[in-house]
Amino acid sequence: MAAEKMKGSKILLECLKKEGVTDIFGYPGGYVIEIYDDLYDEKDIKHYLVRHEQAAAHAADGYSRSSGKVGVCLATSGPGATNLVTGLATAHMDSIPMVAITGQVPTPSIGSDFFQEADITGITMPITKHNFLVKDLNDLAKTVKHAFHIARTGRPGPVLIDIPKDLTINKAVFNYPDKIDLPTYNPTIKGSSKQIKSAVELIKSCKKPVVIAGGGIISSHASQELRDFIKLSQLPVASTLMALGVYPYDGEFSLKMPGMHGTAFANHTIHESDLIIAIGMRFDDRITGKLATFAPNSKIIHIDIDPAEIGKNVAPTIPIVGDAKSVLSDMNAYIIEHPIDRKEEWLEEVNAYRAKYPLSYDKSSDVINPQYALEVLNEITKGDAIITTEVGTHQMWAAQYINHQNPKHWVSSGGLGTMGYGFPAAMGAQVANPGKTVVNVAGDGSIQMNIQELSTVSNYNLPVKNIILNNMYLGMVRQWQELFYNNRYSAVDMEGKQPDFVKVAEAYDVMGLRATKPEEVRPVLEKALNHDGPVMVDIVVNREENVYPMVPGGGVLNKMMGQEGRLR
Amino acid sequence: MRHTVSVVVENKPGVLTRIAGLFARRGFNIDSLAVGESEKKGFSRITIIVTGDDNIIEQITKQLYKLIDTYKVIDLTPTKHIEREMILAKVSINTTNRSEVIEIADIFRSKIVDVSEKSMTIEITGDNDKNEGFINLLKKFGILEIVRTGTIAIQRGTGK
Repeated sequence: MAAEKMKGSKILLECLKKEGVTDIFGYPGGYVIEIYDDLYDEKDIKHYLVRHEQAAAHAADGYSRSSGKVGVCLATSGPGATNLVTGLATAHMDSIPMVAITGQVPTPSIGSDFFQEADITGITMPITKHNFLVKDLNDLAKTVKHAFHIARTGRPGPVLIDIPKDLTINKAVFNYPDKIDLPTYNPTIKGSSKQIKSAVELIKSCKKPVVIAGGGIISSHASQELRDFIKLSQLPVASTLMALGVYPYDGEFSLKMPGMHGTAFANHTIHESDLIIAIGMRFDDRITGKLATFAPNSKIIHIDIDPAEIGKNVAPTIPIVGDAKSVLSDMNAYIIEHPIDRKEEWLEEVNAYRAKYPLSYDKSSDVINPQYALEVLNEITKGDAIITTEVGTHQMWAAQYINHQNPKHWVSSGGLGTMGYGFPAAMGAQVANPGKTVVNVAGDGSIQMNIQELSTVSNYNLPVKNIILNNMYLGMVRQWQELFYNNRYSAVDMEGKQPDFVKVAEAYDVMGLRATKPEEVRPVLEKALNHDGPVMVDIVVNREENVYPMVPGGGVLNKMMGQEGRLR
Repeated sequence: MRHTVSVVVENKPGVLTRIAGLFARRGFNIDSLAVGESEKKGFSRITIIVTGDDNIIEQITKQLYKLIDTYKVIDLTPTKHIEREMILAKVSINTTNRSEVIEIADIFRSKIVDVSEKSMTIEITGDNDKNEGFINLLKKFGILEIVRTGTIAIQRGTGK
C-alpha cells in the first residue's frame, strides 16, 4: 500500500515542528497563501503577524539571540522577500541562526518576470550562510532539515528557503530524514590539543595577557566556561558589543567593552598587553582601530570556529580552530593540571587604568543625561531584563551603562549596525521569553524606522518597553559632525518635525509616557516597567550629549577623545 | 603571484554564482576560470587562476571552503602539476605572410582548423607560457579574434 501523500505546505509545517519550532513571525501574500491556510488550523506553531516583513526578520533574530533557538520568519515572494533583506544581512553579520522561508512564483513561471517575482536566492546569496530554491517537492523535507542544521551548527547564520507556490499545493509523501546528508559541510568543533597546550604555555610565559571575549562565546553557550577560564587564569577580560553579559560587567576581572566607544581602561589594557587571547571574535575595525597600530606589542591566540576569520585581519601566534565551548573546556582542564600564576603586577597596572579612567559624564540637574536614564533603568531592572537596542548613541550608552550580568540578555545589531532593529528584536525576545522584562533602548531616529510594530505588540499584548532617549537629533552622526565636520549639522536635526511619541503610542492603544526633567526619570521608568503591557517612554534628554570615550575611526586604541568622560 | 586553485564543488544549481560572487564581493580577481564535471558523480571541478599574495590566497582558500557546496580546495601552485589551456586564434593573413603563419603554427605544434582568403584560425593547446608566446608571435599579423577555454590543471603522479 502506497504511503499517504501530504500537501507541500503541510509538509513544511510538519518539518518545522520536527525542528521544534513553536513560534514564527511573518506576513502573508499570494505565494504563501497555501502555507497560511494550513497555519490557520495549526495548534503547535504560533504565528505572529508583524506589520512589515523587515520586522519579521528582526523578530526571528531577537528570538534567536535571546534564547539560543533558531528563529523563523515567513514572507511572500517579491516585495515580501526583499523586505527581509536587511534582517538577513543583520543576522549574517552577527552570526545569528535563523531560517527565513519565502514564497516564490510557481516553478514554470520562474524567470518570466511574473507578478511579485524576485530572485531572492540570488539577492540573498552574500547575506545568508546558505540558501535554497526548492524545485522538487520531494526535496522539501530534506532541505528544511539541512537549513536548520546549517543555521545552528558551525559558525551560525541565517539560511533562506525559497518555495515556489506549486510545491505548496502539490502532494508528496512526507518523510523527514533522521540523518544529515551534507558531505561538503563539516565544521571543526574540537580544537587541536597541541595548540591548546601551546596556548596555555604562552599565557604562562607572558607578563601582560588580556582576554577579548566575542559573540562566539554566546553562540556556543560557553559563558560558564569563559568564567571558569577567567577564574583559573586570573586575567582581565573585555567583552565585545556582541558578547556583553558573557562575564559579569562589574566582575573582578571585567574591562567592560573595548573599542571605539569602549572603556578607556579596556583600551589601555589591550594597547599595553603583550598577549591577546581572542575567543570567538573577529578583530572588527570598531575593536581594533587602525590594524597597523593595534596592540603593537601583543602576540595573539585566536580561537574561532571559522577558519576564515583566523588570519583575516591579524596574524595569530597560535591559531585554534574550534568551538569556543569545547576549546575553553579543554583549556580549563589543562590549566587545572598546569596552573597559571597570577600576574600580580599586570593586574595592578590594569586596576590603575580602571581607577584613573572610570566611565563618567557631566551630570546635570536641569536636563536629563541619557546616561543617567540608563543608570536608573539599570537600578530598576538589576541586570535581569533583556535589553535590546537600536543603533546609535543610545546603543553605545546602553552598552556602557547597563550592568550586563548574563549572556543572551543583550540583543543589539553589531556588525551591520541596523537602525530599526531593536523594537522588532524586542518583540522576538519577548515571545521567546514570555516571563522576562524586555526593554528596547531606542533613539528618536531609530524608533521611527519600525514604529509600525506598535500595532503588533498591541495586537498580541507583548509587554515590550520602548525607552526612547530623545535628543531630537540623529545623535551619532551629529556627534561626528560636531567633532570632525566643524559643527555642520547636515540632515540630522529632527526638532519640530518629530511626532509626539506619547500620542503615537496611544494611537496604537499602547501606554505612552514622557519624562522631561531628571526627577521624573525614576517614577516614569518605574511606572513603565510595572505596567503589564507594552509601553513607549519618551525621555527627552540633553540634546548635545556625546558618547565618550571615542577612538576616532582608523585611530589608535590608547589615543581616545574624552577618556575622562568629556573633552579636555 | 599567479596561483592555480582547484576547487571541487557539489554540482548544485547556483554554485558557480556563489563562487563568482564570493570573488567579486571580497575583491579577489579571477584571471581565468574553467568548470566541468569531475570523476565523482554529482561533483564538478573548477580551476581558477588568481593573482595575489600569500595572505590573499589563504583568504580565498578559506572563504571558498566556507561555501556549503565546496568539497575541496587545493592550491596547486606549490605542487608538481600540469596546466593546459586551449586557444582558438583567428589571424588576419594575406598571400605574402600566409606561409609564415603556417610555419609558426607548425613550430608550436598547433592545428590550423579553418582557412579563408583573409583569415586563418589556429587551435593551440599548452600551458600559459607556451600560449602567451604563441599569441605574441601572431600579433604582428593582426589577431582578429581569440577564444580561450581558461586554464585547467591536474597534479602529477598520485598526489601529495
